[in-house]
Amino acid sequence: MNVRLFVWQRITAAIMAPLVLGHLAVIFYATTNGLSAAEILGRTRGSVGWALFYGVFVFAASVHGAIGVRQIAAEWGRVRGTALDLLMFLFGGLLFLLGLRAVVAVVLP
Amino acid sequence: MSGARFRIESRRDSAYRRDTLWRAAMVHRISGLALALFLPFHFLALGLAIEGEARLDGFLKWTEQPIFKLAETGLVFLLAVHLLGGLRLMAIENLPWRPGQKTLATAAAGVALAVAALFLLRLI
Amino acid sequence: MGDTLDVWLWRGGEDGAYRRYEVPQRQSQTVLDVVTYVQRHLDPTLAYRFACRVGMCGSCAMTVNGRPRWTCRTHVSKVSDGGKLEIGPLANLPVIKDLTTDMTRFFEKWVEADGRFVPSATRHDPLPRISPESDARVEADAAIECINCGICFAACDTVRWNEDYLGPAALNRAWTLVNDERDAGNTSRLEAVAAKGGCHACHTHQSCEQHCPKALNPTASIAGLKRRTMKAFIRGEIK
Repeated sequence: MNVRLFVWQRITAAIMAPLVLGHLAVIFYATTNGLSAAEILGRTRGSVGWALFYGVFVFAASVHGAIGVRQIAAEWGRVRGTALDLLMFLFGGLLFLLGLRAVVAVVLP
Repeated sequence: MSGARFRIESRRDSAYRRDTLWRAAMVHRISGLALALFLPFHFLALGLAIEGEARLDGFLKWTEQPIFKLAETGLVFLLAVHLLGGLRLMAIENLPWRPGQKTLATAAAGVALAVAALFLLRLI
Repeated sequence: MGDTLDVWLWRGGEDGAYRRYEVPQRQSQTVLDVVTYVQRHLDPTLAYRFACRVGMCGSCAMTVNGRPRWTCRTHVSKVSDGGKLEIGPLANLPVIKDLTTDMTRFFEKWVEADGRFVPSATRHDPLPRISPESDARVEADAAIECINCGICFAACDTVRWNEDYLGPAALNRAWTLVNDERDAGNTSRLEAVAAKGGCHACHTHQSCEQHCPKALNPTASIAGLKRRTMKAFIRGEIK
């Protein structure tokens, strides 16, 4: 961990604080009468707002999660050097790609 | 001296691991790890919508089983506790020091449990 | 008093073991008294460190029933587990023999964190006037009493898990210097504590703060360093 990674970690954390609260609210709202695709997609399809909300969320979560997992891999998994950086970028990349795909999936009209 | 191996001979070597704040740090780490590992599956599930509404609906029907609802409750707890613990850390790092961290950490866990309990109760 | 204590002391080097001794219990006995009794009456080959015996020097720090403590200031009655005491060397440092550790690594980290004053004036310059009430001096004074006993270093799991981590004591000292108006070495010092293993590696377990016998708060000092380095980084003052 160094100042660069730290700044990315903390800034994405700050961005996600309100997003997580929003997401928890959505979770509570959406699970009120059982989850259904119609209900979810009815809300998200064609919505620029939700696209932005979850797009930013996906980016921030990918960065934040990747750096967090990196720390755990270094401290508990004894991963070092290039392998550590590779792990971080691969995991972050995976989250970002899958996440963007999910956003596109629910937002595309 | 190798410098790399500092033996823990006895469980007593780390009695401080029973301390509230150490446990709070572990809850924060484990919840973060669990959420990070959960996310790819979450994204894959939502991505089913690419194949059409019916495909996503099929999956969602599957998640109506009680075991899934319990898992969802767990996830809500993990999300809430990680957020609240993280806010406590950000306060330590960016605001003037305040004592009573043990109380704050315990309160964070308590609120997260309450939120998860509320989630579960609404489903029953 | 009549009772005896069931005392287990670490004997040997890294690959040693706990050995059992019976020590008579006495009123107001400290853990250091117990260790001294063993060495003087039961086994003269026991190796351990102490100096002042009164909580000023920090030399007698050991792991007592799982926690790093000053043994001269730890009453047996406070920590005894039903008459049982398990005493070992400080954690996170190589063991020389029995209860003594090699503290080289601890001090090397101190140097790595630029924990050394860098003068900005000469003897020919007038004395700088530092108000003890100034914000910076209040911050420095809150952390300045560290006597390098190593307890925070031994209590810290991040030290245990991350061999690059500079540790709470070194970072705490760096913080006092960052707040010293007379010091001229802050660019290099902020870079030192912003590097791999610096203040950002701290996970705020607060084990250091909980165990410091002088009630210092390295967690707060490290938080201060995080703020300073983040600001300096964003402004481009450090890389």
